[in-house]
Amino acid sequence: MLVEAGHFALALALGLSLIQVVVPLWGARANDPVLMAVAPTTALAVFACIGFAFFALTMAYVTSDFSVLNVVENSHSTKPLIYKIAGVWGNHEGSMLLWVLILSLFGGIVALSRDSIPARLQANTLAVQAAITLAFLAFILTTSNPFDRVIPAPADGQDLNPLLQDLGLAIHPPLLYVGYVGFSIAFAFACAALIDGRIDAVWARIVRPWTLIAWAFLTLGIAMGSYWAYYELGWGGWWFWDPVENASLMPWLAGTALVHSTVVMEKRDSLKIWTILLAILTFSLSLLGTFLVRSGVLTSVHSFAVDPERGSFILGILVVFIGGSLALFAWRAPMLQQGGVFAPISREGALVLNNLFLATGCATVFIGTLYPLALEVMTGEKISVGEPFFNLTFVPLIIPLLLLLPLGQTLAWKRGNLLGAAQRLYAAFGLSLLVMIVIFAFTHQGPVAAPLGIGLGVFLILGSLNDIVTRSWVKGGDWSLIRRKAFGLPRSSWGAAIAHAGVGLTVIGIAATAWDVESLGTMRPGDRLAVGPYEARLETIVPRRSANYREDVATLTILSGGRELGSVETMKRLYITRGMPTTEAGILTRGLSQVYVSLGEIQPNGALGMRLYYKPLVLLIWLGAVVMAAGGGLSLTDRRLRVGAAAKARRLPVSPLPAE
Amino acid sequence: MTGKPPARGLSRKQRRLSVIVAAGCVLAAALGLVLYAMNDTILFFNAPTDVQTKNVRPGTRFRLGGLVKEGSVVRSDGQQVAFEVTDTKSVIRVQYRGLLPDLFREGQGIVAEGALDPSGVFRADSVLAKHDETYMPREVADALRRQGHWQGEGKASQQAEQ
Repeated sequence: MLVEAGHFALALALGLSLIQVVVPLWGARANDPVLMAVAPTTALAVFACIGFAFFALTMAYVTSDFSVLNVVENSHSTKPLIYKIAGVWGNHEGSMLLWVLILSLFGGIVALSRDSIPARLQANTLAVQAAITLAFLAFILTTSNPFDRVIPAPADGQDLNPLLQDLGLAIHPPLLYVGYVGFSIAFAFACAALIDGRIDAVWARIVRPWTLIAWAFLTLGIAMGSYWAYYELGWGGWWFWDPVENASLMPWLAGTALVHSTVVMEKRDSLKIWTILLAILTFSLSLLGTFLVRSGVLTSVHSFAVDPERGSFILGILVVFIGGSLALFAWRAPMLQQGGVFAPISREGALVLNNLFLATGCATVFIGTLYPLALEVMTGEKISVGEPFFNLTFVPLIIPLLLLLPLGQTLAWKRGNLLGAAQRLYAAFGLSLLVMIVIFAFTHQGPVAAPLGIGLGVFLILGSLNDIVTRSWVKGGDWSLIRRKAFGLPRSSWGAAIAHAGVGLTVIGIAATAWDVESLGTMRPGDRLAVGPYEARLETIVPRRSANYREDVATLTILSGGRELGSVETMKRLYITRGMPTTEAGILTRGLSQVYVSLGEIQPNGALGMRLYYKPLVLLIWLGAVVMAAGGGLSLTDRRLRVGAAAKARRLPVSPLPAE
Repeated sequence: MTGKPPARGLSRKQRRLSVIVAAGCVLAAALGLVLYAMNDTILFFNAPTDVQTKNVRPGTRFRLGGLVKEGSVVRSDGQQVAFEVTDTKSVIRVQYRGLLPDLFREGQGIVAEGALDPSGVFRADSVLAKHDETYMPREVADALRRQGHWQGEGKASQQAEQ
């Protein structure tokens, strides 16, 4: 019964979203406050309906209701509860349901923040948001219904893909989707501004928190996905330039540019049209990512099922929304009031450069990801574009950006002094140069990339600290005054400094991968294998059984100069229902470095193939991303963003809701 | 405020020009890099038959895909593995050192990356199988279909679909 109710709720949500598209748009056009007020009400109702549908599907999974096809295909009665819940979005239908759930959640939050958003803008925004919801609900109901029944119900399910039976599944998709889908709000606001033909700094102030939330979650989602791939796939790699990864990197790059361009727009009332375009492009890239991953164009662990009908439907959605919004942009943007042009040597000039590099870097990823697909469609020739391509294109574009970042952060708004800014960075630059030289001196036989990259990372961190220090420094060095000044700085300044320091941490982590050591060997119990500064000794190999798999567990002791540091377990698992083998890597963390152990083939004579890695400072890659997201979160708490635009709402002709 | 020309420095036109020049430089650099990288870093996919018809020269890196021939896998010490990859028409011998993916089995579709050595053996430096037992790597499925021996993809997707 609950399952049918869930299905019905989805259909109801479809109807309600149609109302949410038509009525508020009409209301905004006719200046009718009553019609406009329909938008927040329906947005909340749509959220409630989709939320209920999601709850119904979750219950079907939790209770192992095998009369539901989706549950049969992706669950099993012996699966642990946490994976039963996470398994709701571990398949095509459920993940699309999560997609629209988050879409409607954002719509609901916009609906509730009626005090801070002018009514007209809110009505138009929610209408655009509802159009997206409508399209995806139609997609789910016609091609990917998670509530399909199967009669007669089988006795048990087919279990979830073992690679997905991991805590990562509980965390990675929701984080990533909040990021992906969160950019829909910026998109909806951009379209609303275009429909209304009005855009100003108030718009930027309203949009900025939404962009920051989406950006911070996308950062965490990508980092989580990367760490998951790192420990689950057993190759010790953390980024593969796989099209699916690129699909999430592109909106992240565009979103990073957007986060920065909204600052310029808010502070200087400039870069307006570019910001609108960027908001449209960012969400378009999110949609493109959804298309690439969900349509079956690419085969990967993310594409759950290949079905041409679904592919063409999502392609249709893609064309309508990207094409439609760009057409709207082309038609309306020239009517918007242009922003000012500013001095090239200034903070805003530096941020334009930032946008330029990020957008160009994003374009190279776009080409590298889509060129093989386009070539195959046109000539049938199959090519693969991998790491070497991106190392030659994306990396050289990002390095100058990172080198200039501290300088840009030091420049003043309006008219900066390049020499003055450079002088303030002397200490940071000198120190990082020193770090680089010292590391190089100690590792001069090793790869040059590592000290260079670490020097760059240190420069980014010191440059960010430098910004806070110089802004709160007082002559004479009165500490209490300095402290008070430092804490008196806007939260957004702290947020920016922390986020940029996070970039530095990630850069250090990436640079240190040049020092990775890999050892391959065949081991029997008692054998030792050296890996970097450590040694691993194979202790035992024993079989073990769990509810839905059986495994062979190899236990190794990691030694450093004969001293035992700890033991790790690496497993070869066989998931019984699917008959699918997987490898679980064993990881020993020492500070920020890791020893990574992966079990290979168990040979007939009892010897074990073993792959060991020493990965110095590898944790910094993901830790840096967490710090970046934390910086974004701190910026969100800035007073400027909390107060909202109430005072400026008077500029708009109709404000039927009380603006205060 | 920003529209007025400043007392000192560049005029509005010059400022706009400087932005356009900077954008042009970065874009030109990016374009140059992309074109250069396109020539150098792209790997073609070849099935064993393609390798023969295209006469791929030793030392040229490419991706080789096909089925692991039944009974061809030979393991030796130091994690050396030799096997044959086939598209049911032609066969190529592959040498690889390292751990094979979990889903590597005889009869299973795989994609290997590497180059031919002068004796015509493919020296692979990575071997990939897919993440799920129901998927045949797409390139491999297409290559087999060209040989007329594979109707499996439809079946595989139905399986995934049910």
